[in-house]
Amino acid sequence: MSIEPVFPTFLTVLLAIPFVGFVVVLFTPSNRHEFIKWVAMLFTAATFFVSLALLGQPFSHSSEMMWSGAVPWIPTAGIFYALGVDGISIWLVLLTTLISPVAVLSSWTSIEDRIKEYFAAMLILETAMLGVFMAQDLFLFYIFWEFTLVPMYFLIGVWGGPRRLYASVKFFLYTMAGSLLMLLAILWLGIKAGSFLMPDLLALEIPLGLGRWLFLAFAIAFAIKVPLWPLHSWLPDAHVEAPTAGSIILAGILLKMGTYGLVRFNLPLFPEASRFFAPYMAALAVVGIIYGAWVSFAQTDVKKLVAYSSVSHLGFVVLGIFSLNAIGLQGAILQMINHGLSTGALFLLVGMIYERRHTREMNEFGGLWKAMPVYSAIMFVVTLSSMGLPGLNGFVGEFTILMGSFNSTVLSPIYTGLATIGVILAAIYLLTMFQKVFLGPLDNEKNKKLADITPRELLAALPLLVFIVVIGVYAAPFFNVMAPAVQALVQTTVAVLP
Amino acid sequence: MEVPTLASFNLEAVLPILVLAGWAILILSVDLFIPRKHKAWTAWLTLLGLSATGVLLALQALGLLGPVLPTESFHGMLVIDGFALFLQGVVLVAAILGVLLAVNYLPRRGIERGEYHTLIMFSSLGMMIMSMASDLIVVFIALEMLSIPLYILSGFAHPEASSEEAAMKYFLLGAFASGFLVYGVALTYGGTGTTALSGIVDTLQGQVLNLPLALIGMGMIFVGLAFKVAAVPFHMWTPDVYQGAPTSVVAFMSVGAKVGGFAAMLRVLITALPMASAEWGTVVTVVAVLTMIIGNVVAISQSDIKRMLAYSSIAHAGYILLAVAAAQAPEVTQQAVTAAAFYLLAYAFTNIGAFAVVIALEKDDGSGTRIEDFSGLSRSRPFLAAAMLLFMFSLTGMPPSAGMVGKWFVFQAAVNASAGNPLLLAATIVGVLTSVISAFYYVRVILTMYMREGTTEAQVKPALMAALVIAVVVTFLAGIIPSPLYEMAQQALLRL
Repeated sequence: MSIEPVFPTFLTVLLAIPFVGFVVVLFTPSNRHEFIKWVAMLFTAATFFVSLALLGQPFSHSSEMMWSGAVPWIPTAGIFYALGVDGISIWLVLLTTLISPVAVLSSWTSIEDRIKEYFAAMLILETAMLGVFMAQDLFLFYIFWEFTLVPMYFLIGVWGGPRRLYASVKFFLYTMAGSLLMLLAILWLGIKAGSFLMPDLLALEIPLGLGRWLFLAFAIAFAIKVPLWPLHSWLPDAHVEAPTAGSIILAGILLKMGTYGLVRFNLPLFPEASRFFAPYMAALAVVGIIYGAWVSFAQTDVKKLVAYSSVSHLGFVVLGIFSLNAIGLQGAILQMINHGLSTGALFLLVGMIYERRHTREMNEFGGLWKAMPVYSAIMFVVTLSSMGLPGLNGFVGEFTILMGSFNSTVLSPIYTGLATIGVILAAIYLLTMFQKVFLGPLDNEKNKKLADITPRELLAALPLLVFIVVIGVYAAPFFNVMAPAVQALVQTTVAVLP
Repeated sequence: MEVPTLASFNLEAVLPILVLAGWAILILSVDLFIPRKHKAWTAWLTLLGLSATGVLLALQALGLLGPVLPTESFHGMLVIDGFALFLQGVVLVAAILGVLLAVNYLPRRGIERGEYHTLIMFSSLGMMIMSMASDLIVVFIALEMLSIPLYILSGFAHPEASSEEAAMKYFLLGAFASGFLVYGVALTYGGTGTTALSGIVDTLQGQVLNLPLALIGMGMIFVGLAFKVAAVPFHMWTPDVYQGAPTSVVAFMSVGAKVGGFAAMLRVLITALPMASAEWGTVVTVVAVLTMIIGNVVAISQSDIKRMLAYSSIAHAGYILLAVAAAQAPEVTQQAVTAAAFYLLAYAFTNIGAFAVVIALEKDDGSGTRIEDFSGLSRSRPFLAAAMLLFMFSLTGMPPSAGMVGKWFVFQAAVNASAGNPLLLAATIVGVLTSVISAFYYVRVILTMYMREGTTEAQVKPALMAALVIAVVVTFLAGIIPSPLYEMAQQALLRL
């Protein structure tokens, strides 16, 4: 893999669009609420449509970085401004650009205070997230990675729920701690290679023992983000206290940054360490799958239930990654997208009900299907997708992952067996939740007159629904795009050393 | 030995400090004739002098003024190299911003006297000479020239008890530290027969073990300098002095004293003791670790922002000490010096900016500096809150800010130098972990400004706004385009 020494124009433009939106919002007077919302909508939607043009490159035939470019940024320190997308990251970029307008749309009426700062934070957050997925220089990656903490911290801390101060500070410190450890590993790599550019780092010969330490330094930072059990305790608080759009972005995109990091950095840079640690990472993943599901079942707050379900679902992703074969990895990457869509949709829908009733306790509800039929139907589809019902996206990802982990040369079949239990548990907690909230008698007075889903809310949910169904029915194009890049990655990781 | 004549002193090379010295003396006299109502003129005249010095410095750095660098002056007592020029530039930045902060602050506190600005100039002079000193006696003279005005300035808000206490504490402990330094110089002279750094290194070459006297002397010199930069365990004066002294003094002092102290420390350790680099490296590493830990951990419990910034100052001294420790490895020395120089520059803009915001919130009687007084600032004064946000992030090391880039370079130098040096690697990890700890108290300020409700009033006069804008712009730009400043720092080469 190599990157041309040209300026990555198209990707910079893609990064610039939400940033320009941020600047526009920043200079708008605070009382122009409608204008600000429309600006945010316009810029996030524009980013999505422009990002579709990324697909114009032949990802399905090549594992090379496309649309890429690298120019010196701090030449004396070996730091470059380098961007690029390949078959793996393109889906994450598209997920980001898809979910951002959805998140903007979901906050249209739920945010009443300090609207300007809110949408400014959303726009700059989109820039930072896109930067994380497109960065090909570790310094640049680190900057974007750290920087995503800032707007998210504000989104939780200013517009969040009752315990938002605690949740936001916990989120900030926990994630920052992991990242700073990663910083040291990055510094070591950059010093040894003389540059922080990915192709140069990939060509570096890393001694075995040290490679394992560096793997751990990176892995801890990413594991906190995923979140991998036992580093997950920041997640439930952050998700519950965050405003709806914050949860959508957090679950839909930010968590993927952790799994993306594992795929993009841990596996190719430290292949031997990846093989060595694979069973341990997979073990933590499986624990996360079962633990997440178990704890979800015990929740009474719907949002917290979905938060723990994220731990469970992303455990599957990590299991797929550390199967260290093409099938497992492809499943993992697809499942990243699927989780973003399904869980993002779940948070979106939960947010709608919260906006109406200002509670998320399951025993406050019951029989909602009678009061809000369209909403309930959509919720049903999303619940089934999260559960892994064949025909919807979740199944494709989970099945592929399990196939990969079963056939893995580094993992014993026990992991697959235990993980499959997680599938059953997911059905249990999700269907129970659905039954408690939507089925049964509609006896709570406050629920009887609830308005069904509004056109705006439907518009927000629609893109997610479309892809939930499409990927479930016809996942081949998605797999084809990522296949060469995954193949190349697997070849470096499981290459037999002499 | 040749008879020194005025021509042999090579005064051309030190023109900037000569101009500053002359201007300071001039303003001291001119101030007598400036009526009390117009004392602000003294401030503007001081700014004029500082700017002129800055221009001369820039010309010298570009090679348009004076002899070719590196060169010596006063028969080798002063050396003018890239290192000296860069750090003198940082001192001038601190002084200019400090005066801008003071212009409206002093009358508000009722302490507007022209001597303030002259003292700032003299102190800056001392700091600038510190960075050029290549003789231990000159280090001592410069240290005193730097410190004594600061002692007086700390007590400027007299008859307030806290200010007088600050001055007394600073003076007593500072005098004690200077005593250590002088005794160390004496011992070094006893051990090597010379006080010139070049002479010391020649004498000590390969004879370290036979001259323990010189090493003890050097150790005591390190103690004296460590006091100045607020390294642990010589840091006890810092919180009380920072809290009690007038805030504009603290802003200047927090940066300037560090620059002077670290300039001398780096020059003495690297130029005079290259053969003992492993030994002083270990000592500096241990001091750095202690400083980073104590500075960051104790800052968490502070409720007054000036005290918090004092402990933060201690912590940042720790990070710079990490860079000094990294200088022990010969291949990394220049990279470490560059990192330390860049860090000091970034710290200058960031810290003075933070103090500018504190001044804006401070009331006329000196109160209003508790962290809870920042509540709700984001609603009442969004620009001030955003500026403070940037400065807090820069001090933590969050991108995009100059502080983050500074920390990156320091850690890079430290990791580079830690090959085969597990202690230094451990110290770097401590540096990283303490940065996380520091996030807690810096973010708490942000939290208070943005996420708590309160009514705060702030007053920002034009001079303060100017300083604030400069600080914001540089802190932000140096975070995204550090190359120009970093390349300047790379020219900060120590003449060995």
